[in-house]
Amino acid sequence: MTSSNRTGRWTGPAIETAGLVKTFGDTRAVDGVDLRIEAGTVYGLLGPNGAGKTTTVRMLATLLRPDGGEAHVFGHDVVREADAVRARVSLTGQYASVDEDLTGTENLVLLARLTGHAKKASYDRAAQLLDAFGLTEAAGRQVKNYSGGMRRRIDIAASILNTPDLLFLDEPTTGLDPRSRNQVWEIVRAVVAQGTTVLLTTQYLDEADQLAARIAVVDKGRVIAEGTKGELKASVGAGAVHVRLRDADRRPDAERLLRQALGADVQLEPDPVALTARVGNGSPDGAAAAEKASRALAELARAGITVDDFSLGQPSLDEVFLALTGTSDHPQSPPRGGTLKEEATA
Amino acid sequence: MSTATQPTGATDGADLAPVRADSLAAILVSGERPPRPNALQASLTFGWRAVLKIKHVPEQLFDVTAFPIMLVLMYTYLFGGALAGSPREYIQYLLPGILVMSVVMITMYTGVSVNVDIAKGVFDRFRSLPIWRPSTLVGYLLGDALRYTIASVVMLTVGMVMGFRPDGGVQGVVAGVLLLIVFSFAFSWVWTMFGLLLRTEKSVMGVSMMILFPLTFLSDIFVRPETMPGWLQAFVNNNPVTHLASAVRGLMDGSWPAAQIAWSLGWAGLLIVVFGPVTMRLYNRK
Repeated sequence: MTSSNRTGRWTGPAIETAGLVKTFGDTRAVDGVDLRIEAGTVYGLLGPNGAGKTTTVRMLATLLRPDGGEAHVFGHDVVREADAVRARVSLTGQYASVDEDLTGTENLVLLARLTGHAKKASYDRAAQLLDAFGLTEAAGRQVKNYSGGMRRRIDIAASILNTPDLLFLDEPTTGLDPRSRNQVWEIVRAVVAQGTTVLLTTQYLDEADQLAARIAVVDKGRVIAEGTKGELKASVGAGAVHVRLRDADRRPDAERLLRQALGADVQLEPDPVALTARVGNGSPDGAAAAEKASRALAELARAGITVDDFSLGQPSLDEVFLALTGTSDHPQSPPRGGTLKEEATA
Repeated sequence: MSTATQPTGATDGADLAPVRADSLAAILVSGERPPRPNALQASLTFGWRAVLKIKHVPEQLFDVTAFPIMLVLMYTYLFGGALAGSPREYIQYLLPGILVMSVVMITMYTGVSVNVDIAKGVFDRFRSLPIWRPSTLVGYLLGDALRYTIASVVMLTVGMVMGFRPDGGVQGVVAGVLLLIVFSFAFSWVWTMFGLLLRTEKSVMGVSMMILFPLTFLSDIFVRPETMPGWLQAFVNNNPVTHLASAVRGLMDGSWPAAQIAWSLGWAGLLIVVFGPVTMRLYNRK
């Protein structure tokens, strides 16, 4: 069975919102969000705590009523056709969305029964899922005795029990150790490979980088940037050249040469032998940047300046986020260079 | 996928078996969606959940066993001699009433458990399922009906040991208990409403007690209303708990108090009609 069968005749986007608004008192938690998410992809909502990611997801999952704007999931209005939406989506919330007093098996059987499976079929499906998620041994234990990684697994197992067309994963790896995090990523990839659309919220930039095909950067209830990873990165420049010299005395010369060769501003790092320059600003053309960088290195060599270390990298999503929000207080992303702020306003 | 887990250290994921992509894929592909369950099936499934919770945390049955036993013993021996000549005489009148009182008081725990549960993520999952909306709450009430039954059996057993001899026989007693459970099921919707409305478990308890104490004490459970002042009689005689206690007492006594039964069922219907929709509105808005 393919995803097109599952989603019926619907060929439009999995999610489409226009001017979505949710207010809590005086706070506009979601302040006019427009999204268009194609079916069969992983879409990342990236933003710091309190950006409005969870509120957006809860509206799309029919758990919260929007105060303004519209949202459609597979063409169904989330307010007027909430039941049709519920039939196709599944939610893994920020906190374990399973009953902690029940065992792993009981949780899955409960949900299987609630989605209409007969008794025997429910137990079969629960056993299959527990097996696939490596939880067979823990099947008879109450979920409250599970480790963080196991909870996430049973949670996602519960979410895909009825093979949803759209899966909401709200910060699926918050609080997990790196190994469990990797395992969750593997699960997400396996689920998407079967044709399920995933809307992922995260405050971890590398998570969005790892999983999402397209990303919306959300801050203060608004989408401040949207695009593929490449587009987002390109929007803050193709990359940065980092150079470390052997001799600190030659840095002024190196700075001049690099500025000429790259045609870009050169940043003097706190480290007296280090320089950073942005190349190919505003252009997604990485090859041109590499070419310019190699020419610049040749210039340095010709001037007799010894280079100890050199790197050319695409900007990380950290840099993208900083450039877009203009703030350097994002918890997961220590600022890397002082130029980002200026670029954001430029 | 299978490379995701290599048990090397004492990290969280290390002791877990790897996730198996192939079987995961098979499950997702084979995932046929059966027709959604009807209202009754969904409610019964949630009732099953409530029973499982009792199974895992049997201590929570304390309030339907020890508490009612304490009430029977306390009131029978405390008031029995003074009010009816002897505890044995008094228990013939008191037991059906004290049974009503205990079970009606236990209904407040429905509100408490809804309130505790609602804060947890699992409620979001239930609310995002395409099922009959009230079934989650009806499930609680079905589980609670089981608790009310347990409480009734415990109290009747203790009562029989103490000398309670109902003239209505098994039939009358069963009919009385059934009426009590139907009423309590309806009455619980008041507490599900407060469970959703109030912020903490403690405030649910507080409000419940404020309502339950006057409602159960200002009734004909302990004494006949004839000696009360007129204004109090007016309240007592129109208190739903009085109607219910009279009906249950009558049924267990072997008579057929049609008017009181009708009143009890009428109150039950009214409670559901008023508080059911209010609860569901709150549930949908939560």
